[in-house]
Amino acid sequence: MKIRKTVSMLAAGLLLSLAAAQTSAGDTIKVGTFLAVTGPASFLGDPELKTLQMYVEEVNAGGGVDGRQVELIHYDTGGNAKEAVNFAKRLIQKDKVDVIVGGSTTGTTLAVMPLVESSEMPFISLAGAVSIIRPVKKWTFKTPHTDAMAAAKIFGDMQRRGISKVALISGSGGFDKSGRAQSLELARQYGITMVADESYGAKDTDMTAQLAKIRDTDAQAILNFGFGTGPAIVTKNVRQLGITLPLYQSHGVASKKYIELAGDAAEGVRLPAAALLVAEQLPDSDPQKAVLLSYKNKFEAKYGDVSTFGGHAYDGLFMALEAIDRANSTDKAKVRDEIERTTGFVGTGGIFNMSPTDHLGLGINAFKMLEIKNGDWSIVQ
Amino acid sequence: MFDQILQFVLTGVTVGATYALVALGFAIIYNASDVVNFSQGEFVMLGAMGSIAFSAGNGLPLWLAAICAVLLVICVGMALQRFAIAPARGASVVTTIIITIGASIFLRGVALLLWGKDIFGMPHFSGEEPIKIGEATLLPQNLWVMGGASVLVLGVHYFFNHTTNGKAVLACSCNRTAAQLVGINVSRMMLIAYGLSALLGSLAGILVAPITFTSYDAGVMLGLKGFSAAILGGFGNPMGAVAGGLLLGLIESLAAGLISSGYKDAIGFVILLLVLFFKPSGLFGKASAERV
Repeated sequence: MKIRKTVSMLAAGLLLSLAAAQTSAGDTIKVGTFLAVTGPASFLGDPELKTLQMYVEEVNAGGGVDGRQVELIHYDTGGNAKEAVNFAKRLIQKDKVDVIVGGSTTGTTLAVMPLVESSEMPFISLAGAVSIIRPVKKWTFKTPHTDAMAAAKIFGDMQRRGISKVALISGSGGFDKSGRAQSLELARQYGITMVADESYGAKDTDMTAQLAKIRDTDAQAILNFGFGTGPAIVTKNVRQLGITLPLYQSHGVASKKYIELAGDAAEGVRLPAAALLVAEQLPDSDPQKAVLLSYKNKFEAKYGDVSTFGGHAYDGLFMALEAIDRANSTDKAKVRDEIERTTGFVGTGGIFNMSPTDHLGLGINAFKMLEIKNGDWSIVQ
Repeated sequence: MFDQILQFVLTGVTVGATYALVALGFAIIYNASDVVNFSQGEFVMLGAMGSIAFSAGNGLPLWLAAICAVLLVICVGMALQRFAIAPARGASVVTTIIITIGASIFLRGVALLLWGKDIFGMPHFSGEEPIKIGEATLLPQNLWVMGGASVLVLGVHYFFNHTTNGKAVLACSCNRTAAQLVGINVSRMMLIAYGLSALLGSLAGILVAPITFTSYDAGVMLGLKGFSAAILGGFGNPMGAVAGGLLLGLIESLAAGLISSGYKDAIGFVILLLVLFFKPSGLFGKASAERV
């Protein structure tokens, strides 16, 4: 009698737990995102959204996470910070998402952060600036490299070549200005003095005046922090003026378009860039190679040319999903803790090791130093 | 030091020549119809983007592609006059300015849809080997820009002073009604003025594209700089516009080289404001009296 009772209780318990498992399997994991898919920053938001959609589909086809399907809820901010706040509010209060992976631009991310922190929502940003993670905010993480890392990578390479006097020329855009500030700040740590600090307008068509001034300084190298047409014009103007100093560019020009525009003048130019650009050239022993090639091939088969920006979304999405997997729940505090515990996560941007004091988790070795040779990238050893 | 200044001057003249051509386009339309055409910069962009598109898609040689693009832009200019400006005749200056700003946004949008946000380059007309003058250098393309600008400016000068059509356009600008009374086909003259402006704009775009690259929004800043140059020289005075363009280019380049590159645009605009403050009609403009 006693035994029968125990068995029936066990059976009942089993049934209950089965039922519980079933309901949780029926629940979807809601990933919220707000991106600048249209507007001036659409070159960021567009590949990011495509990446998220492509991989959410793939994860679901493969059975989801912990047997739960993933649902992507997306809003287009057009790069507008005010819209971003409205959409983040909607994601948190109305859609009740479990985690947010989004914010293409620094402006939209910074605007959303107070709300994310006060509503205790795990948030992985896809924007560049250092100010997002420094000082560390409890609920906010990010995946893209920062300008400071690019500057550090460049200065490290200069140091190896024995360069100590550098002329800086930068554009007037947000990316350019932030890069300039970081470069000026970091230079001293690497024993580098800036002997010139020139600038040009975003739509300027000729920088020979600034460069002629630089030519008359005792600079041993030129560093151009810029984005868009500016760096290509600077590159051409440098060669036009017959300046033979090494020219460094930032990761802002890390696309084939730059080589195409600057043509022969780009030969010998060095720049830091994410490994995605040179995925094929990486040695097979590189742990990132498989991830990079798989992302690149999948994206290119579906949408055309791959960009590093879409890669940031890949990193953000999988970091979030793996954290949910490890936490075995979508409890926000647990998911946050698991994101913070991310170690050895191989993404497109590098190998991430998060910690309570570092919510980016990338070292400067996540950047590769590239040199342009024969119209193509080559890795500087 | 001398070499450096020579370089600044050469740079200034090349950049200034572009501004001059854009400013000239502003002046011609303003002369003929009292309209400030803010889509002038878009003509520049369309000229460059059009020739790149024609030479890429159909594999036309660059010169033929350029001619096609110029013809296309002339049609765009005339269409702008016929379908947007002409129906609003008699509207206030502000209204027509709003119409042309609208047209410029529209043209930029069309270019964005057709060609996307990419930046495009164009091959240099005669190589990229720099020409050395002392320590200063300039590209063969810079000579093309300066030479092309000079030819176009002289052409415009000849057109207005020595041809019947040119004089008829000027007559329309002096007094539209009187011009009509003496048998000038005013609406045709307006088309000619817009067509000529579009021609200048598109040629300017093609000449500078190998140096500056181009994209769907390349016309915005050029339009603004050309407009400032036209004001600096005296609005409505074609030769004043040319002088204003060259002057603005020189000021910017010298300011960037000698004072501070960060403030070069500010210095340009401060000088513009000073000129307007002391001589509201511009450097070479005639003081005008408005009849009430």
